[in-house]
Amino acid sequence: MSLINSLKPGGRNGVPRSESSDPIGYLVAGLNRLAQSDILDRVKLRKPAEQAVFTVTRNGFKTMTAASRTFAKAGSKDKAGARPADAPRPGVFDLTPSEDEQMLVDVVGEYAAEVLVPAAAEANETCLAPEAVLKASLEIGIPILGIPEALGGISEERSAMAGTLVAEALAKGDMGLAVAVLAPGSVATALGLWGTEAQQQTYLPAFSDSDVPAAALALNEPSVLFDVLSPSTTATKTAGGYVLNGVKSAVVRGAEAELFVVGATLEGKPVLFLVESSTQGLAIEGDPGMGVRAASLSTLTLTDVTVGSDAVLGATDGTTYAECVRLSRLAWCALAVGTGQAVLDYVTPYVKTREAFGEPIAHRQSVAFMVANIAIELQAMRLLTYKAASRAAAGKDFSREVALARKLCAEKGMQIGLDGVQLLGGHGFVKEHPVERWYRDLRAVGIMEGTVLV
Amino acid sequence: MAINLDDPKKFGALRDQAHQVAMNMLRPISRKYDQAEHEYPKELDMLAAMIDGLSESGASEGAGAAGVRREESGDDKSVKNGSNLASVMSIAEMCWGDVGLLLSMPRQGLGNSAIASVANDEQLKRFEGTWAAMAITEPGVGSDSANISTTAVKDGDEYVINGEKIYVTSGERADSVVVWATLDKSLGRAAIKSFVVQKGTPGMKVERLEHKLGIRASDTAVITFTDCRVPAENLLGSPEVDVKQGFAGAMATFDNTRPLVASMAVGCARASLDLTRDLLEQAGVVVDYDRPAINQSAAAAKFLQMEADLEGARLLMLQAAWMADNRQPNSLEASMAKAKAGRVGSDITLSCVELAGSLGYSENELLEKWSRDSKILDIFEGTQQIQQLIVARRILGLSSAELK
Repeated sequence: MSLINSLKPGGRNGVPRSESSDPIGYLVAGLNRLAQSDILDRVKLRKPAEQAVFTVTRNGFKTMTAASRTFAKAGSKDKAGARPADAPRPGVFDLTPSEDEQMLVDVVGEYAAEVLVPAAAEANETCLAPEAVLKASLEIGIPILGIPEALGGISEERSAMAGTLVAEALAKGDMGLAVAVLAPGSVATALGLWGTEAQQQTYLPAFSDSDVPAAALALNEPSVLFDVLSPSTTATKTAGGYVLNGVKSAVVRGAEAELFVVGATLEGKPVLFLVESSTQGLAIEGDPGMGVRAASLSTLTLTDVTVGSDAVLGATDGTTYAECVRLSRLAWCALAVGTGQAVLDYVTPYVKTREAFGEPIAHRQSVAFMVANIAIELQAMRLLTYKAASRAAAGKDFSREVALARKLCAEKGMQIGLDGVQLLGGHGFVKEHPVERWYRDLRAVGIMEGTVLV
Repeated sequence: MAINLDDPKKFGALRDQAHQVAMNMLRPISRKYDQAEHEYPKELDMLAAMIDGLSESGASEGAGAAGVRREESGDDKSVKNGSNLASVMSIAEMCWGDVGLLLSMPRQGLGNSAIASVANDEQLKRFEGTWAAMAITEPGVGSDSANISTTAVKDGDEYVINGEKIYVTSGERADSVVVWATLDKSLGRAAIKSFVVQKGTPGMKVERLEHKLGIRASDTAVITFTDCRVPAENLLGSPEVDVKQGFAGAMATFDNTRPLVASMAVGCARASLDLTRDLLEQAGVVVDYDRPAINQSAAAAKFLQMEADLEGARLLMLQAAWMADNRQPNSLEASMAKAKAGRVGSDITLSCVELAGSLGYSENELLEKWSRDSKILDIFEGTQQIQQLIVARRILGLSSAELK
């Protein structure tokens, strides 16, 4: 490759492919190359650079996924698993959570305030959820929330409503950590909802144990205009099972995960597959994004990954997959509501104490109305989310409700993130205040598919 | 107790019945009275008689504005779905039919809501069956209704009212008007009281009817009061000027009426959305709830956004009504509902005209009419800006002196 070719700007560094350089541009690009090379350093022409703090960068780590446990096979693979019962609604319009739900929200809210909030800033920097935070989440039973009682969990019935309230309460503390904490339970809930007896008895005992495995629901793919219902990851039927090929993105704690639920197209339909991390052909690469960084988001590459015929989770006609997508969107809506509430709770005292022109800026309508609109849209987001959640819990069709909730939460959630920073002005742009992190986190809501579910 | 935001089951029949009335009674005459402004929709007398019949039979709990009074009975802890929810649901359906005609419904005026909200038991009985309009706004006073200058002076067993009121909905057709007047302007908002003035009272005169952008089926009157004498017992609520209690009594009416106006906006916007969905489907655009909006056509993506906004407004409306049914203070939620419903009502009805192109702009369809009707719903009973002010003060804990 000629030097000129390698200096062409298009197609890299965010430059569209149609761009071209003029002679001055090539000169600048050449100088930049020189500046980057270590020749300068060898001849000691560059001032010693500051020691950079370790962060996970795109090329920070790349591992074959490591297995730390084997899941012992148990149960019959031809028998349907135990299922949580629908939570029927009496037909009364009601905004009051059940006593159990309220208790759960109180406990999780306390955990979010006392454990997640103090850990959030550093977890964002390091792209890691601290061990202590994850341990504490086990103590309050988050991973087993969606597992039926019969299988060692705490759920007497469909947990979509309780899960929604929990996700909201966690995200009020920190969205990134909430995602890290919710990921194993999401896989467990999926097993509870769709697993065969064998799948449930093989995997679920580990989730109600003290050493809960990291697990990830991998539906996203790194492509433009990604349509989750048509994954380009493929599953091909073989004599003894399936071969999976493709790339999944936004995989929570990929390097630690011991069990993946992977979305792939099988004979034209999207299907969920259970893939243990010890399976040959898996590679994980750190892929941090603009936000939700505490969840250690990663890319999972599957190259000729062979799984057994018992690896399919749920139906192969696309119905289980669609249900999974909807429940996952519901979880992201709940996360948006929680983080939106954090923004509102933060800007409210701020605008009342920050003074300009001799009085608190809250006394100005342009400021006060922004706060009012945050409150109005946030409540609308919450009600849409609760409506979808309560229908899901009752076993009713909630595809329309969750679609509308997602639309509103994506759009207004982002507006809330934007206004949160704007209300603090320059202070909002610096990391001294959490609003810039919430801004980055809230961008995830309209984008994420899978990753967590309720 | 369990969170459930589906429509209350017990009002399903009421909602469906209102929908049938809207479709078969209001829609067929909707364009007629939009064009024949100020002509009395005589068809409504039949409808009113039917509704009266239904309420006597007890089959139409809260079918109209008269049902907004907060029920005092019962102190059990069970969750109530009562007349407030019934009202917002049925009014939304009726406004799916036609907002202007709903506002012209005999005996369902906003004045009836005021009576239901603040009248004592004796007054409630005396004014039963009256059709009451509401007169608050004056030429110089709009949103700052605490600043009204119409006066009421006690003279023996009567009050003498003087002043001019504008934007009185059903001001000509109603049997009576609930008038806001001050007993003593120097005492501020605490001295503002409401009076029921019967039609035909000497000194009360309908000066003219307005020509309007929308809700043209509804008459909007200018009424003057010149030494108009009303019996002292027509003062609603307490005649005492309680400076501490202040404006709260009069303003309490709004906690009840704002969810109703939100429901009007919700109904009108849904009419636009329902028709637009049908028109889009005829053009081959079907909205898919599972596919991401960015993978669908721009029209489908816009539709999803509008439907999400409408559902948000509708749930805020139901929340405010549910809180009233369960005797929880709801002025914050009532204002939230009206703010959201008012603004999305405009966005949705105007965007539906845009999606339907010149078909939507033409009088051949009702889309253009709904986009004119919806505008007033973001103005009366407190403009968008007033709602935002109320929400902001509540959220921020600021007084009206701090946040002006």
